[in-house]
Amino acid sequence: MPVKGPNARFNRRKFLATAAVASTAGVTGPVNAAPAPVSEPLPRPPSVLPPNAYVAANETGTPQMPETASGKPGSDFMVDVIKTFDIKYVPANPAASYRGLHESIIDYGKNTMPEFLTCMHEESAVGMCHGYFKATGKPIMSLVHGVVGLQHATMAIYNAWCDRVPVLVIGGNDLDAAHRPPLVPTFHSAQDINAIVRDYTKWDDTPVSPEHFAQSFVRMYKIATTPPYGPVMMSLDGGLQNEPIRDRGEPLYIPKFFAATPPQGDDAAVKEAARLLANAEHPVIVVDRAARTPDGVKLLVELAELLQAPVVNQGGRMNFPNTHPLSRPASVIGQADVVIGMELSDYWGTVNGFWDNGDDGWGHNFSKIKPGTKLISISSVDLLTKSNYQDFQRFQSIDISMPGDAEATLPSLIDAVKSAISSDRKDAMTKRGDAIRQAHAKGLADTKQAAAVAWDASPISTARLVMELYAQIKDLDWSLVSTSGNTSNWANRLWPMEKHYQWLGGSGGYGIGYGAPASVGAALGNRDLGRFSVSIQSDGDIMFAPGVLWTAARHKIPLLAVMHNNRGYHQESMHVQRFANFRNRVANTGNDLAPIGTSIMNPDIAYHELAKSMGWWAKGPITDPADLGPAIKEAVAVVKDGQPALVNVMTQPR
Amino acid sequence: MHFVRVAAAHVLTVVLALAACAVASGSAHADGDAQKGKAAFIKNGCWQCHDFAGEGSIATSSGRAIARTALPLDAFKAFVRTTDGPMPPFRPEILSDQDLDDIYAYLQSLPLPNQASDIPLLNDARSQ
Repeated sequence: MPVKGPNARFNRRKFLATAAVASTAGVTGPVNAAPAPVSEPLPRPPSVLPPNAYVAANETGTPQMPETASGKPGSDFMVDVIKTFDIKYVPANPAASYRGLHESIIDYGKNTMPEFLTCMHEESAVGMCHGYFKATGKPIMSLVHGVVGLQHATMAIYNAWCDRVPVLVIGGNDLDAAHRPPLVPTFHSAQDINAIVRDYTKWDDTPVSPEHFAQSFVRMYKIATTPPYGPVMMSLDGGLQNEPIRDRGEPLYIPKFFAATPPQGDDAAVKEAARLLANAEHPVIVVDRAARTPDGVKLLVELAELLQAPVVNQGGRMNFPNTHPLSRPASVIGQADVVIGMELSDYWGTVNGFWDNGDDGWGHNFSKIKPGTKLISISSVDLLTKSNYQDFQRFQSIDISMPGDAEATLPSLIDAVKSAISSDRKDAMTKRGDAIRQAHAKGLADTKQAAAVAWDASPISTARLVMELYAQIKDLDWSLVSTSGNTSNWANRLWPMEKHYQWLGGSGGYGIGYGAPASVGAALGNRDLGRFSVSIQSDGDIMFAPGVLWTAARHKIPLLAVMHNNRGYHQESMHVQRFANFRNRVANTGNDLAPIGTSIMNPDIAYHELAKSMGWWAKGPITDPADLGPAIKEAVAVVKDGQPALVNVMTQPR
Repeated sequence: MHFVRVAAAHVLTVVLALAACAVASGSAHADGDAQKGKAAFIKNGCWQCHDFAGEGSIATSSGRAIARTALPLDAFKAFVRTTDGPMPPFRPEILSDQDLDDIYAYLQSLPLPNQASDIPLLNDARSQ
């Protein structure tokens, strides 16, 4: 491997020195000017100073590049490392601090594996990584500018942390204070950019040599993809990217990656849990992110059928087919004598309830389970709890708590339950199953009837919205990649969901702005797998960073986005209204419908025009429910041709 | 911790009890104006949880529709005045008795939903 030593380093230093001289010339001029007479008042300085010559050149001019150095740049070797993984894409917003790696990816790496995707906001880029993983089960990476880009990305990284999704983030950073470009790049540098996200990443590092980079990249990939999954962060020095690799007398090598086996629940605890479940009168299985893969769905079906127990799917993933007769709503938890929760994001909230602040200004807590109900937990998140951010939720006492991955533990749990079920229990279990099946059928009939209310209303009911959409995609291999906002969960209640990719769950951290980028990322993954992607896109969510629409059009990512346009931050409308009522005041709505500050109207946003301006096919606003089906049908045809399409629908609030 | 043991069904129980009282007292008829009721329903934010057509939401009204509510007027008014659960109370200072009469009339004026079995799109629900 060609290497270059001191000479190459000299070239970089020469470049930096040139830049520094240019900078110095720009800022020292006023120092040499004659001082103003003391007796005369100094002129009032303008509130915003004009840029000096260096800043202006940095913002508007052609960047000076280092002289071509012989020898392989560090960033080329980094691409060699990255290419040892199956990382197809790098969604990113371009930035000077990772220019070396950027150039290596697109030129040395031929812009394949990974392919650079142009994003218009770092939150969008990381959100795309999040959605991509949930559609494909494979992580991709994003590059961010050291300080400001990472600050933009933080909400998306927090979502990935809360949703237990592996995302690889590399932030460019110029550490060498004596030689990095001054002014703007220095504003954008920090001692430790990783500190910005350390509270909600699994691991981070700052490599200081190419060999260190190789080890750290393989390590970060391994950590991110070992349950509990999570985002990881690397600060990547600009000098390390740009300098030719020096001969240190030892060959560069890339450690071979072997996936770690996921942690499993303790054998003795598994047997005790199985004993409780097998002997329970009313066991209830509650799942949130239990099925990491399609195998997890099969295992949960096997366990439920073995026990003839109802399954409550909290929807972090598509854990359990909603067409299965043992699929039941959360209300069955109140009848349970044993509850087993698997990968629950909030166990306390599963068995307790909460009414938001009322007259007395306190929140009211209440139990949803019978006294004496035994609680079992399998959760990999118990293996990784941090302190600052409160995503671990309230503390719940658990009778049998198994820190471990639920999907990996299920085979041994199923075996243990088989052993624990005595023959005299089987008749009772069969009767229990029959009763659950009857309740399931009645529940579906009731749900359909509830959907019929306001069927012809305008604005269009959310039930009508999702069923008009389903009618147009039901014969396709569809994937509901995101439902931002709140459509009363109609899609999960009415659409048959049996495949793992038909429901991808929510954001994790409930940070608004996840829906649009995660949808585009998931659609990217689905595109390569031949699936049809559809999202229900809320108005507030899309406006956080609508530039991701352009990314979808630019990179020909087929996605059907149907707007749930209720013209407001509706959750907040209700919060303010509620407080006004408790305080016995009429909520001030100004000229809008909802309390001031919570509406998105006057003017209404023409989301269809917004999408068109960024290269999407779009139609709307649709206000008559009779027009909705035909509009979606047109959009489906566009998406099947490989383009994104949006239908702007004026909807009821929820 | 301020921990109050109550059940989610408690609110419904109260409503039903009030309904029974109202039926017993025989005061179950609205004397309101549906058009004014629609305006009051919107102006006072009822639509935020119950939607403009009173269909409600599983997220904001436990899935219960209030269009064509089966509650008698007195029970309806008593609930709106006194609830302190998920729904905040609307006291006379912010919503008059006449407003409530009108809102009740509006809810009773809404069309009855079709049977789900008569809506072809709903026949696709949860069937592959």
